[in-house]
Amino acid sequence: MYVAVKGGEAAIANAHRLLADRRRGDRSVPALRLDQIVEQLALGVDRVMSEGSLYDRELAALAIVQARGDMIEAIFLVRAYRTTLPRFGYTRAIDTGAMLVERRVSATYKDLPGGQLLGPTFDYTHRLLDPELATGGAVEEPLQRSGEAEAMPRVSAILAREGLIEPDGDMLGDYVPGDITREPLEFPMARDIRLQALSRGDEGFLLALGYSTQRGYARNHPFVGEVRIGEVELELDVPELPFAVPLGSIRVTECQMVNQFRGSAKAPPQFTRGYGLVFGQSERKAMAMALCDRALRATELGEDVVAAAQDEEFVISHSDNVQATGFVEHLKLPHYVDFQAELDLVRRMRAEYEARENTGKAEENREAAE
Amino acid sequence: MRGQEASEQAERKAVMATLAQSSGDDIVRLWDEAGLPSEAELLRGPETGLVTVRGRIGGGGAPFNVGEATVTRATVRLASGQVGHCYSLGRDREKARLAAIADALWQDPARRGEIKAKIVAPLQAALAEARDKRRAETAATKVDFFTMVRGED
Repeated sequence: MYVAVKGGEAAIANAHRLLADRRRGDRSVPALRLDQIVEQLALGVDRVMSEGSLYDRELAALAIVQARGDMIEAIFLVRAYRTTLPRFGYTRAIDTGAMLVERRVSATYKDLPGGQLLGPTFDYTHRLLDPELATGGAVEEPLQRSGEAEAMPRVSAILAREGLIEPDGDMLGDYVPGDITREPLEFPMARDIRLQALSRGDEGFLLALGYSTQRGYARNHPFVGEVRIGEVELELDVPELPFAVPLGSIRVTECQMVNQFRGSAKAPPQFTRGYGLVFGQSERKAMAMALCDRALRATELGEDVVAAAQDEEFVISHSDNVQATGFVEHLKLPHYVDFQAELDLVRRMRAEYEARENTGKAEENREAAE
Repeated sequence: MRGQEASEQAERKAVMATLAQSSGDDIVRLWDEAGLPSEAELLRGPETGLVTVRGRIGGGGAPFNVGEATVTRATVRLASGQVGHCYSLGRDREKARLAAIADALWQDPARRGEIKAKIVAPLQAALAEARDKRRAETAATKVDFFTMVRGED
């Protein structure tokens, strides 16, 4: 018999108080300030902004502290906070060609206009732990090189001049971009909606799927046409002003992946593309997103859907780590009634099984006796 | 007249852009130094909300929604009647309020010069300096390729 119970209020309150204590840790160690996290754990902050789908550094830093550094928990907190705010509208589309570039590399062209700018990269470091960071020594100012700012057109524009690459993805007529924060996911989905889901998708999940395409599951021969990181300006159309109001700048990472394509009866041979665009500085995520975007265009490009990375419903349904963690982690919450029901069922089945066994044995015995 | 109106709008937009790009601390500091009136009737806000940031597929194709950003807005009216607006990334309410007052004061021909000289120009200079520094630091990481001579001449 099941008897409804309630309880645990005191335990929960005490657990949360204990959590607050453990989060603070040893009181003789100075407490972290949010500006320290924003400045010194900037890429962690960027990940929380990207997957939390909310550009606000201080909030992301607060979430990281509150979550004790658990990134998915921090992303969850940011997503929950988002739902409490009203919406003022959709910005005008950003122009990554006009970006104030802080890093820009191309693996396809050595001498592209604007050049290869390494920026603050981990590439070419030896990945040796630096004991000096533990002692907090002084850090040199970066070097500067003066000169006229060069225009930095997107690399896709260079290939486009020869007609050897497909154009930027267009939608038909007066298509209004879909919004997964407003409408439930429906499959198959348009590429713009897919990109919105991928942009806030879990970095690890997209990285693994991108990697799988390189290892032969939906191989599509990617080149990094370009990765660029930097600040772009935002503008918003509002009814009270006769012009788009400037909001300030955000940092984004963009990846133009260039992929091979044999051509078809309808299309001449040309390069195809995958696109990645994420908040903050995260080229791993932008590249993984671009690989997944390209793989998910299999049907559109007449390719056989043979691998996980090409399966839109599989990829998009499982890319959101807040949904994923919610469903996985709910398993630890009380399931006493469900389990009681299963327990009763197994007991009954076991009883039936044993009864059958016993009957069988009795019959065997009888036969043997006869 | 039409051209003048357009250039006036462009200038107002540039002023709003400068205020939006600048930090709240800088605006408050300059405001205090300038001794400008910091009171105005609040018609709306300051209030924080979200905008959905849009990108373009492939960089220049059809728009898609990337994610949200926090924005704080304020609308004020001066005693002289001008209505000023501010929309600015982040959650700095005092910045939004002062920037809206700055927008209103800029619309007052008697105050425009003062706002430009004491608030907008120093902010613009600081932003330009920061931008130039960032560009120069990035430029120092530019790869200069050189050709290796191989084999005998």
